[in-house]
Amino acid sequence: MSSTAAATHPALEISGLWKSFGELRVLRGIDLTVAEHEVICLIGSSGSGKSTLLRCVNLLEPVEGGRITVEGEEITASGVDVNRIRRRIGIVFQSFNLFPHMSVLRNVTLAPQKAAGKPKAQAEAEATELLERFGLVDKRNEYPDRLSGGQQQRVAIVRALAMQPDLLLLDEITSALDPELVAEVLNVIRELARGGMTMVIATHEMGFARDIASRVCFLDGGVILEQGAPADIFSHPREARTQQFLERIIEAGRL
Amino acid sequence: MSLLGGGPLDRGASIGFPASGPPAARSRFEPAAVKSTSIALVSSVVFFGLLAIAVVNAPGWSEVKQQFFDAHWFAYSLPKIVNAFGVNVRLFCLAEVLILALALLLAVLRSLPGPVFFPLRLIATVYADTFRAIPGLLIVTLLGFGVPGLGIAGIPTDPFIYAVVALTLVYSAYVSEVYRAGIESIHPSQEAAARSLGLTRIQALRYVILPQAVRRVIPPLLNDFIGLQKDTILVSYIGVVEAFRESSIIQAAKFNSTPFVALALVFLVITIPLARFTDWLVGRDRRRFLANAR
Repeated sequence: MSSTAAATHPALEISGLWKSFGELRVLRGIDLTVAEHEVICLIGSSGSGKSTLLRCVNLLEPVEGGRITVEGEEITASGVDVNRIRRRIGIVFQSFNLFPHMSVLRNVTLAPQKAAGKPKAQAEAEATELLERFGLVDKRNEYPDRLSGGQQQRVAIVRALAMQPDLLLLDEITSALDPELVAEVLNVIRELARGGMTMVIATHEMGFARDIASRVCFLDGGVILEQGAPADIFSHPREARTQQFLERIIEAGRL
Repeated sequence: MSLLGGGPLDRGASIGFPASGPPAARSRFEPAAVKSTSIALVSSVVFFGLLAIAVVNAPGWSEVKQQFFDAHWFAYSLPKIVNAFGVNVRLFCLAEVLILALALLLAVLRSLPGPVFFPLRLIATVYADTFRAIPGLLIVTLLGFGVPGLGIAGIPTDPFIYAVVALTLVYSAYVSEVYRAGIESIHPSQEAAARSLGLTRIQALRYVILPQAVRRVIPPLLNDFIGLQKDTILVSYIGVVEAFRESSIIQAAKFNSTPFVALALVFLVITIPLARFTDWLVGRDRRRFLANAR
């Protein structure tokens, strides 16, 4: 189930993380340790802080208190090169955020070429291989507005993978999709999990979380109220808030 | 002084879509279309016919006709004016390139975040405010007569140079606002996506934000360049012999104002195609926008 503590550092270690937007305290002391190859699913109602947590880990939001460590290196320390850190941490957004003025191939090769300094030919060969693996190679010269939502999101995943990240953050990546397109995207994530990718996934797809997660964390009021194996969280939640949340999900027919 | 006024100098930058524009394409052979075309034709003939009759029957028409619409002086002045218009074209082309570059720099400076860049943002803001506040003719005059008057050794005396500089200064202020509107119209999630991949802020701007922003502001940029084309005649004031100056010289020598009408025709021929093209681009963008907002 959860990996044993090895001599190496955990893939991700968050301790006492605080974050506010003005008066609104979104994160109020998050502690989370993720071992290599673990798949963590963050569940919780909208506004519980799932997205903010992921954006903090990618340093897209400055944190106010606490520490984030990636493989032993503190990324919240002052003076770290945020660009170098971000190259190691991929993030996929709810709204895809592909670059609309670039072809699929260019979307995928931009960062490997410009941020990682790879030669064009190498970046394109690697991108083509990834697109092939996820069934998108025939779309390599299309522009994003010619693709379905599911295809766009798969391209966004490939774009993040092209930087060969140690850690992948997925922020409600199926929430903007038509229901019949959700499966193709989730299957990509399943394949990545089988391949051993370390992932932190904010999601509303409880069935998917139960299938794929090594650990499920329930966020409520800016803290991780409860965490454990999916079977425990979904079948025997300890906290009253978790029970309430899951009851509402079941009522809505989402579990 | 309608010849010296106008241009974009009295309006702000905007990337919105004007209310007017070409209507959606429709078959010319639909009966309703034929009917409305006929009505438009008849009403135009009646309207402009009445206007022509009113002008021709005005008490001073014969003098105005002789003073402004003299065929002999038209034929005499047109080749000279077209020849001098080459100076306007050179001025326009040179200034346009400089404006595009300087304005982009100003817009980028103004969009730099954080307290460190406050001085640069301040400079760009003061620049835009100053050169939009002062009339273009005043800038031309102050630069063209003031700077050479300093008598500094090695400083250029050719008024053409001051003409280019003056127009560049004035129009960069407008065009930088157009660019800035374009940059701000790109959703922050685009920058977040670029930065999340490890691109630096400058790389995100160069590869992701600016290409989208510039594409979006091409129609308003063209609008400003229509204004710039016309405002090239402002520099006649500091002694650049361009088309308007040439017309004035002929008028003063021959006591006939037909050269001004000839020059007006030259501007019409040059500017209307650009204006039509700009309207077509705006209309196309709006149609795309509507098509995408399904």
